[in-house]
Amino acid sequence: MLATKLAASGLDRRIAELRAARGGSVRLEEVGELVESMIGSLQGDLSPGEIMVQRELGELVDYIRQAHAEIASIHPAEIGSVHIPAATDELDAVVSATAEATDAILDAAEQLSRMAESLPAKQAEALAKITTRIYEASNFQDITGQRITKVVRTLRHIEDRVLALAHSLGEAAPAPVDASNGSAPDDEASLLNGPQLPGRANSQADIDALLESFD
Amino acid sequence: MSVDKSMPILIVDDYKTMLRIISNLLKQLGFSNIDEATDGGAALGKLRERSYGLVISDWNMEPMTGLQLLKEVRADERLKGLPFIMITAESKTENVIAAKQAGGNNYIVKPFNAETLKKKMSSVLGEF
Repeated sequence: MLATKLAASGLDRRIAELRAARGGSVRLEEVGELVESMIGSLQGDLSPGEIMVQRELGELVDYIRQAHAEIASIHPAEIGSVHIPAATDELDAVVSATAEATDAILDAAEQLSRMAESLPAKQAEALAKITTRIYEASNFQDITGQRITKVVRTLRHIEDRVLALAHSLGEAAPAPVDASNGSAPDDEASLLNGPQLPGRANSQADIDALLESFD
Repeated sequence: MSVDKSMPILIVDDYKTMLRIISNLLKQLGFSNIDEATDGGAALGKLRERSYGLVISDWNMEPMTGLQLLKEVRADERLKGLPFIMITAESKTENVIAAKQAGGNNYIVKPFNAETLKKKMSSVLGEF
């Protein structure tokens, strides 16, 4: 009965049109309009069940309007198009700056290594120990670079989602959302995770034990 | 059998700083013939042009990863016996297993120190 009334109101056709036009992405205000249309279609002699549905649909419209207002108040388009790109730019700058600093440190360490070649063996050995520590410590640049790259990738994913949300509010043009973000990674891609956080990572000793278990 | 420290070693990493660090550490260990590549594809090209005694490769590179490079090396009749050490920040158990199953000779997790590098090279090449 209810379905017949909704079909008669042309609601089915309107939903099909929206699906065709938006490809599954429908603006929040259009959802509200649709629900209002559903309420409008429930006129005439209504059964108690239909009256209850009508009341609940009314509450749904109010809820959608409230959600729309609350989300719009945080300006998602601005977050997606201004704040997140600014944050990723800052992080990119951190990577560049640390890379430059590490290069300068390595320049100095290499100069020391060359100087060591002309020193007596004992002094050369002492200097080599120091430069080895410098080279080892310079590992940090690769690790921090990979960690920051992971954060930038996450921020870009959030940026895509926020811009899609802004679009649903009619605030901005839709930003393309990387389809791979939601899809299951293939076997090898799932192995590319970068450095793990301390405490969650396998240590070299853990890895050695694992390798020995193969022998 | 003693290790020939003049043998060519290919190090592969997309971070040039990392290439520099590994290269310097290798020099301090007495190895002088060090070549570099910044991704798996470039490394494979070099491996097919010249004979190397060891490959030390990062994992996370584009377009060809270190794991893909390792598989290509093991699938190549001429290169399949080449000692290959993976040196990477990927420390998950499944990564270690995948590298081992693909034929990696050893695995170093970043950040690493000179002692670990020497120990792993010794386990693959023999004491030096």
